[in-house]
Amino acid sequence: MTDTSGRTLDFTARPAALRRRHAAEARFRMAGRLAILLAFGFLVLMLGAIAHTGTGALKQTQIRLQVALPADAPASTDPAKADFGGLLKQALRARFPEVSGRKDKRRLYRLLSIGAEERLREAMLEAPAPGAQERVLTLWLPASDEVDLLVKHDQPGRLGEQEQRWVAQLRESGEIRVAFNRGFFLNGDSREPELAGIASALAGTAWTLAVCFALSFPIGILGAIYLEEFARKGRWSSFIEVNINNLAAVPSIVFGLLGLAVFLNLFGLPRSSPLVGGMVLALMTLPTIIIASRAALRAVPPAIREAALGIGATRVQTVFHHVVPLALPGMLTGTIVGMARALGETAPLLMIGMVAFIVDIPGSILEPATALPVQIFLWADSPERAFLEKTSAAIIVLITFLVFMNLIAILMRMKFRKRF
Amino acid sequence: MKVQPIAAQLPESRPERPGGKKREYLVQARDVSVFYGDKPALHGVTLDIEQGKVTSLIGPSGCGKTTFLKCINRMNDLVENCRVEGRITVAGQDIYAPDVDVVALRAHIGMVFQRPNPFPKSIFENVAYGLRIHGMTRSKTELADRVEAALKRAALWEEVHDRLHEPGNGLSGGQQQRLCIARAIAIEPRIILMDEPASALDPIATARIEALIDELRGDYTIVIVTHSMQQAARVSQNTAFFHMGEIVEYGATKRLFTSPRDERTQNYITGRIG
Ligand SMILES: Nc1ncnc2c1ncn2[C@@H]1O[C@H](COP(=O)(O)OP(=O)(O)O)[C@@H](O)[C@H]1O
Ligand SMILES: [Mg+2]
Repeated sequence: MTDTSGRTLDFTARPAALRRRHAAEARFRMAGRLAILLAFGFLVLMLGAIAHTGTGALKQTQIRLQVALPADAPASTDPAKADFGGLLKQALRARFPEVSGRKDKRRLYRLLSIGAEERLREAMLEAPAPGAQERVLTLWLPASDEVDLLVKHDQPGRLGEQEQRWVAQLRESGEIRVAFNRGFFLNGDSREPELAGIASALAGTAWTLAVCFALSFPIGILGAIYLEEFARKGRWSSFIEVNINNLAAVPSIVFGLLGLAVFLNLFGLPRSSPLVGGMVLALMTLPTIIIASRAALRAVPPAIREAALGIGATRVQTVFHHVVPLALPGMLTGTIVGMARALGETAPLLMIGMVAFIVDIPGSILEPATALPVQIFLWADSPERAFLEKTSAAIIVLITFLVFMNLIAILMRMKFRKRF
Repeated sequence: MKVQPIAAQLPESRPERPGGKKREYLVQARDVSVFYGDKPALHGVTLDIEQGKVTSLIGPSGCGKTTFLKCINRMNDLVENCRVEGRITVAGQDIYAPDVDVVALRAHIGMVFQRPNPFPKSIFENVAYGLRIHGMTRSKTELADRVEAALKRAALWEEVHDRLHEPGNGLSGGQQQRLCIARAIAIEPRIILMDEPASALDPIATARIEALIDELRGDYTIVIVTHSMQQAARVSQNTAFFHMGEIVEYGATKRLFTSPRDERTQNYITGRIG
């Protein structure tokens, strides 16, 4: 083909130079895809492994027992008086009458968790009004962690032949089931893996984050508004800006040390309390919120400020009527990102003693508490094998919260993107 | 609030007009220089702006027209390193005097910007905002009445009366600019400053804005920056030609365009510079 000037025009010819350029592009694309695939693969591997071990903790092995209540039993559901353990032992002996000898009997009793006593007490409270004659309650009672592992994962652990035979027997007759483990979400921590739950850690995290939010959100937002909209730009403001940026990069454990030295030792605030934990995390979150909020404020077009000031609005009116509403989504996104970081933070909480063994669910910001990531740390450190799956399950809960928070941040960004 | 007679010694700062009719000057600038940091943007500008008339500021871009306009309502205060020297009086009061409140000043001097900048709120709220913050209405019905009056004055009511609560930035560019004018006149300023109000608009929208400016003349003193000489000729009674931070020539628009006295003006209006 030729054009009017007589030069040939051929769009299908690929000279060597052009081929090399295309090849370079193809190589780059391949490398990029590989990198993403690798990253994604690791993510799937990690989450898959955690999910695989963790889901076990959401289920609990239970044994069905018929507990005979003596005629006078309901009168004493008071745990101090009633002998729930005795009733359970009686029931177990009745189920396996052939067992004799003190050692064997003790082994038999160990099929059930300590938590079975609590379950029995609840059942007796729920049971209809005390009757005169003997009654029999049929209950699903939590099995011990060893039995739990055997049933769920086929790991005999320390169980002997005899116990395994009993479990097999119960299984055959349908007296063992694997049910949803409500206790994992409703109980506090426990020395017994089959009873341990994340409720106390979740409550601790909730209190801590509440304190953290209550402190860092208003201070961070107002600080950012002041710095961005009111403060004179000069040597001082750039000095402060540099320091805030540095603060955002300080390792979190340093904030923990600060909290230990200032909040605990100097101010004498209660150790291990969500109050102090929240204060430390607020210090850590503040720079993140301030930086994100200032960026959000800077993104508001100056024309909006000019419009408001031009009709005689004061600076405060301009900022709070027009600028802040437009910057708020960005500010909230920054806050959520900061809070998500605080949610997963462990080190500073260790420093201020939120690493205690907490059974009771904390009812205020002054009571001793622990937090979800610290609970994970504690369980991961426990010798009992059964805590392994608890650790993974707690990680799943933590990651679920993190994903949820980040999702909110993303949705908020999308919803408010095109406002001006 | 009497106009001071200082301008008498500076006849070239005033537009001359045949016939000895007495004229009122609302804004008087004396030897105004503006610096951005060390960089001068205006050198010794002296200018009297006639009350109730449209005065246009023309000149090549970067010559300081916007800078001068923003001196009149002190929007330059917002620019961090901007310094204003000289004296500007509005209705006889030095607006750079230490006891002047810029909020009060801007309530009397409205501004319309180059790019339409309605608030990202409803059409109604855009106009009502100024009335609200200045506490100019006592009841909801009064507010609605005044919003309606402003929109009618800005020749926008017919187009928007059935969608007052829809967002202001949903309007076309020309409508948005008229909304901004309505927002400015709602609080009844004495002066309206317009910085190239039609430069982002198509010819039809431009014609409507020009018609509106003509319609507002008399009730308001209007200062308009424009890069279009035809526009200056169409809408204004007086024209000032700026060049490199100075006023080269100032006079009645007709005279300035038909018989410019300065060579630079001549060159600019014939298209040889700019
Ligand atoms: N905020 C600012 N900071 C520094 N220089 C500025 C600023 N605004 C305007 N200038 C300078 O001042 C001069 C006049 O600008 P401007 O008044 O905007 O001109 P015009 O409106 O006539 O095009 C230009 O040289 C411009 O670069
Ligand atoms: Mg300009």
